[in-house]
Amino acid sequence: MPASLHLDLVPLLPELVLTVAALLLLVLGAARERVRAAGIVAPLTVLALLVAAALAGVLDRTPQTLLGGHFRFDAMAAFLKVLVFLGVAASLLLGSSYVEDERIDRFELPLLALFSALGMGLMVSAESLLGLYMALELQSLPLYVMAAFQRDQLRSTEAGLKYFVLGALASGMLLYGCSLIYGFTGTLSFTTLAQSFGPGSPAGVPTGAVVGLVFVIAGLAFKLAAVPFHMWTPDVYEGAPTSVTAFLAAAPKVAAVGLTLRLLMGPMADWVGQWQQVVALVALASMVLGALAGLVQTNIKRLMAYSGIANVGFALVGVAAGTREGVEAALVYVAIYLAMTLGAFGCILAMRRQGTYVERIDELAGLSTRQPLLAAALAIFMFSLAGIPPLAGFFGKYFVFFAAVKAGLVWLAIAGVLASVVAAYYYLRIVKLAYFDPPAEPFEPPSGPGLRLVTGLAAILVAGFVVLPGPLFDAAAGAAASLGPPAPTAPVR
Amino acid sequence: MLHLVLVFSPLLGALLAGLFGRRLGDRGAQLVTCGLMVVSATCSVIGLFLHLGEPAFKVPVLRWIEVGSFQVDWALRVDTLSTVMMFVVSFVSCFIHIYSIGYMAHDASVPRFFAYLSLFTFMMLMLVTSDNLLQLYFGWEGVGVASYLLIGFWYTRPSACAAAIKAFIVNRVGDFGLALGVALCFFVFDSIAYDVIFAEAAGHAGETVQVFGLSADALTLIALLLFVGAMGKSAQLGLHTWLPDAMEGPTPVSALIHAATMVTAGVFLVARFSPVYELAPAALAVVTVVGASTAFFAATVGLTQFDIKRVIAYSTCSQLGYMFFACGVGAYAAGIFHLMTHAFFKALLFLGAGSVIHAMSDEQDMRRMGGLADKIKITYAMMWIGTLALVGFPGTAGFFSKDAILEAAWASHNAFHLYAFWLGLAAAVLTAFYSGRLMFLTFHGESRADPHVMEHVHESPPVMTVPLVVLAVGALLAGWLGKGMLDAEGAWWAGAIVTGPDNHVLHAMHEVPFLVKLAPTLAMATGLGLSWLFYVKMPDLPERVATALRPLHTFLYNKWYFDELYDFLFVRPALVLGRIFWQGGDVGIIDRFGPDGVARTALAGGARTVRLQTGYVYHYAFAMLIGLVLLVGLYLFVIGG
Repeated sequence: MPASLHLDLVPLLPELVLTVAALLLLVLGAARERVRAAGIVAPLTVLALLVAAALAGVLDRTPQTLLGGHFRFDAMAAFLKVLVFLGVAASLLLGSSYVEDERIDRFELPLLALFSALGMGLMVSAESLLGLYMALELQSLPLYVMAAFQRDQLRSTEAGLKYFVLGALASGMLLYGCSLIYGFTGTLSFTTLAQSFGPGSPAGVPTGAVVGLVFVIAGLAFKLAAVPFHMWTPDVYEGAPTSVTAFLAAAPKVAAVGLTLRLLMGPMADWVGQWQQVVALVALASMVLGALAGLVQTNIKRLMAYSGIANVGFALVGVAAGTREGVEAALVYVAIYLAMTLGAFGCILAMRRQGTYVERIDELAGLSTRQPLLAAALAIFMFSLAGIPPLAGFFGKYFVFFAAVKAGLVWLAIAGVLASVVAAYYYLRIVKLAYFDPPAEPFEPPSGPGLRLVTGLAAILVAGFVVLPGPLFDAAAGAAASLGPPAPTAPVR
Repeated sequence: MLHLVLVFSPLLGALLAGLFGRRLGDRGAQLVTCGLMVVSATCSVIGLFLHLGEPAFKVPVLRWIEVGSFQVDWALRVDTLSTVMMFVVSFVSCFIHIYSIGYMAHDASVPRFFAYLSLFTFMMLMLVTSDNLLQLYFGWEGVGVASYLLIGFWYTRPSACAAAIKAFIVNRVGDFGLALGVALCFFVFDSIAYDVIFAEAAGHAGETVQVFGLSADALTLIALLLFVGAMGKSAQLGLHTWLPDAMEGPTPVSALIHAATMVTAGVFLVARFSPVYELAPAALAVVTVVGASTAFFAATVGLTQFDIKRVIAYSTCSQLGYMFFACGVGAYAAGIFHLMTHAFFKALLFLGAGSVIHAMSDEQDMRRMGGLADKIKITYAMMWIGTLALVGFPGTAGFFSKDAILEAAWASHNAFHLYAFWLGLAAAVLTAFYSGRLMFLTFHGESRADPHVMEHVHESPPVMTVPLVVLAVGALLAGWLGKGMLDAEGAWWAGAIVTGPDNHVLHAMHEVPFLVKLAPTLAMATGLGLSWLFYVKMPDLPERVATALRPLHTFLYNKWYFDELYDFLFVRPALVLGRIFWQGGDVGIIDRFGPDGVARTALAGGARTVRLQTGYVYHYAFAMLIGLVLLVGLYLFVIGG
């Protein structure tokens, strides 16, 4: 593969834009006085992300490998990058009024998000174990800081510290797994891994390498917040500033699912028998725990944490299928999840009363009489998360379960359906509270235009998906095709 | 066109008043519905002149159902029978609509009342003009619904709701029979169109159907099943319990639905199916016995009741019995004749009672009335006309029709014709007695009412008294005008009512002994005389007789304990059974192990899962490591191994 010798950096343009923007804005922010700096840096960050998303969307999608074989750009990478960059931009817009109200509107916050977004972009393009690890760390480190950004508040610092300590442990596992794989196969590159252990390989699969793979999966499961590596999630979601929680819940999940797909369905695609059970088990545990534990929550951010755990479980059902349909279904799922989660957090960020943000689920009682639009948006997201047709969430679930059934994982699909029935309880309870309970005091009207824009847009996407589902399916199908098991060329005999 | 206007203008009125009642207002709704009813009634009178004695024809409306060879049309069947029925329904309904303007003036939901009333009229017209059994069934159920809605019109009163539900449920029993009858007709004739059934009925005589291993004569079974439906709707003995309770509805409703029209639908059904009944003598015997028994039973109960409307309700029940046994002995014409005359004088009596109740500030108990004759003269006079027509005073409408029925019963060859005759005659005495009792208690003697109430007694406004006068004229003249129906050759009906070749009752009834002809009049005189003796001449006599015959009086006063018997036999066991299924089956098993059990388990599971979430980093790290070990172990020992 002499492709690594090319110095053609065009496929790297989105990341280059983000890097340059991050560095320039860092200087700009440092040069300005504090308060005014945030007012300039935040919009420019959003702008940079939008430019990067646009670039990722229009670039040529012919698979190309560069940067010494550590970076790959293809339809899959393009699809996920558009989602991730838009997701980060949207969560920054969502949080813009929150950070002002909570007095954490420093220019570092959007910058950290920008660096994390850069890491996510690299994650979904990772083409080697080293690239994978580097990108993951670049994405994670800013998140730890962001979680602890309200440093004068105990909850926030505790969340950041927990996240960091456990994240370091997870990184250790991941790195150890990488070294095991490298030790048993002698290569870091996905391409070489695929060639060495493809269907024609006489050597079979070395046990040590698969143990390494399990370690890597564990590390990734931490980033995904999948059971049993999910323990940090409720505490961090609750403790972190809500705008950061919205950020954590959205784009990083998409990037982590993308990275998992890229690893498992790329070089490991032919080892599906080796990892399928492990992923299926993690998916099952995540769905069940997310559904059950959510039932007894009273804090809406913790509830969203468990909801996120369950949702990752559903996405992993698509991964566990180990087929192209599974990949496609998982990609569609995360795209829909992104819209639903951002919208739901939009509603949560609108829960402001007398200048302070409230987080108890009860506070939503009777929302429909005071703020019918907000209640309607909330109902749309909750119904969609519960998987009720014709909203987008239904289709997401439908296709992952369908893929699992086709791949022979009928039991997993049944368990998933049951779990989503249980989880429907806590989503529908919120709707019931908002529509049928005597009204509590009204919230202050959502202040920021960003919040209204993103929430409204998400509601339209979620509710209107059924009208025009084609583009998303086409894009996901293209992305899945660019990854999939290696195209069946001439059989190697 | 005439008939389309006749039938559909009440529907238009119902829709306008029902859907736009709020916008139209009380006055608007009254004008719309009453105006359209006047149009309908006018059409029905024109129809009377045009189509009496003419051969039957159809007014097609549209094709309703078409499934394979099964076709059902909406069509209006116009022949002499339906023309008479349309006239009775439209004409009486029209005046009751007008009367209701006055009677319901102070009610809170006038448009709703008029919408229901017009809807009922439409459904009743649909029933009498039906061209096939399905359309009849539609009208049949439609009047049932309207009756339910109107009995429960004052739905804030628990007793009204209970009465409405009772009427509906008891009718369900009858309607089940009717539905089976319709199905059996389709099974036997492969059609439910009247034309086909009546034309082919003779060809199917003697056929049998196998039901659960028993074989039964097909036509007899059809006739009996249809009669079960008729019994429910017409409150015949056994299924009569809903009718007295139905008096919970506003009085105009009692007059229209529970006296003049709906309850006579059963009689109409039997007459309409005369081609079939003529071929099923066993069924006719059943009709005769049930009818005669009802006539007697209801009259005995009427003797002891004190609620003015209940007395008239039992009287209705009794008169319906007359109509049925008239049909049973083969004199369908006499049955329909009595139906028509009864519609006038019974509507008149109910509206008169309504006028009394109106005057007495909603008092219905005759024990707290008396001496009203001078205060409400018009009502008093009209009530006497209605009463005389009911008891069969010579020259009034009831005289002609009731005499005809009793003479037919005497002359018939039906196995039970003498049973019917004697019970009918006894009932005639009782009818005269309780009617006289009602009049004397209400209008004569000393007032027993609260003096405060008596001060406010006033004659009803003209909008209520004019309908009374019109109906009174009908009660006096309907007999003279309708005498032709009893034409010995049956030619008057032009084939709308069929009498078999061996059925000469219409001929024979004109040749009964003189004493039989005189008997009803004697019975009337006896009954009225006795009531005068009891309630005017010696007012303490009723109490003494009641005491002397205590058990009999109690038995009658409690309406032969039918309600208690049904309560014991059906209602309570059904409730017990329901409770068993509810508490034991649904709550105890399905809910407990189904939704509730699963929900509890899920919640408990949630609570247990959350307990793992301690908040300590080392617990979390430990969980991660354990998880990792598990996953690696899973791989090494399960998958890889």
